[in-house]
Amino acid sequence: MKPRMRQCMILAAAVGFFILYGWGLLGLPGSGRYPGPYGDVLNARAEFERHASDVVSAINFDYRAFDTLGEEFILFTAVMGVVVLLRRQADETSGPERRALPGRSAPPPSDAVRALALGLSAPLVVFGLYIITHGQISPGGGFQGGVILASTPLFLFLCGDYRQFCAITSHELTEAAEAAGAGVFALIGLLGTWAGLAFLQNGLPLGKTGSIASSGTIAVISFATGIEVCAGLVLVLMAYFDRVLVIREGGS
Amino acid sequence: MPLLRALILLLVAAAGGAVALTRNPLHQSLGFSFYGLVLALMFFFYQAPDVALSQIVIGAVLMPLMILLTLAKIASRAEKQEGQQQSGEKS
Repeated sequence: MKPRMRQCMILAAAVGFFILYGWGLLGLPGSGRYPGPYGDVLNARAEFERHASDVVSAINFDYRAFDTLGEEFILFTAVMGVVVLLRRQADETSGPERRALPGRSAPPPSDAVRALALGLSAPLVVFGLYIITHGQISPGGGFQGGVILASTPLFLFLCGDYRQFCAITSHELTEAAEAAGAGVFALIGLLGTWAGLAFLQNGLPLGKTGSIASSGTIAVISFATGIEVCAGLVLVLMAYFDRVLVIREGGS
Repeated sequence: MPLLRALILLLVAAAGGAVALTRNPLHQSLGFSFYGLVLALMFFFYQAPDVALSQIVIGAVLMPLMILLTLAKIASRAEKQEGQQQSGEKS
């Protein structure tokens, strides 16, 4: 009797859900059709008002910069949470490399993987920096460039091992970079208020549309965000690698 | 273009379904990586190249890597407990 009742309940719930879901889907605007006025207004005005040809970046780092500040600190807090959660506890030791069973040691990365990862790492750095610094001109910006930049140490981990990863990534420097990136964003807003503008209002000279030195604070905030996102992701990776490869639980 | 979009949406549905129906977490993480790539393609075809850029790195590389690392940790812990149990039985 009981499983049968459960089945009836889930059936009723599923039917109700799909009726409401279908009703909601029917009310959606068609694919590619945008009903609100704000997107069109900003699309038409952003380039003249802010000298930024990428309107998405102009919205993220200028018109809606306050929301992005919140988002950035969500990321900042999440990274801190991960690092605190995965830290070494009092009863844990940071042991040597995990000893492999005889005949079961992990094979070293193949030459093809090493060549590809090494060859790709330098272009990745350039590409990441390009995406960060050209956020105001073409699609991209701090968040996208930051994650691309953060994947470079990962490529080096792929072609070596954890010790080499540690040798090229300084933990203190990464922490400082993350804090500085998040701080500069807020500081730009505060400097604006000190100069008599609204918080995060674009007060720098706008420059010529289409050049890197355009769009005032958009480019600066995008750069700071890129550094913060990159450093934050590398910190999370380091915490994970530490937890899996170095830290030994107590008692052994 | 609408045909291409319909195709990519079907691919997203198929890949997402496959990930959800996979039982083995190790296989699931690899499938999830492919799903991340397909999702990035979808963002690209819906004219959001900037979202696609971050999706490639986050969805196809970083998330599966974190899942893999977590699985490695769980496996090593289970191995250790097994070893302790065996040595306990011997003594």
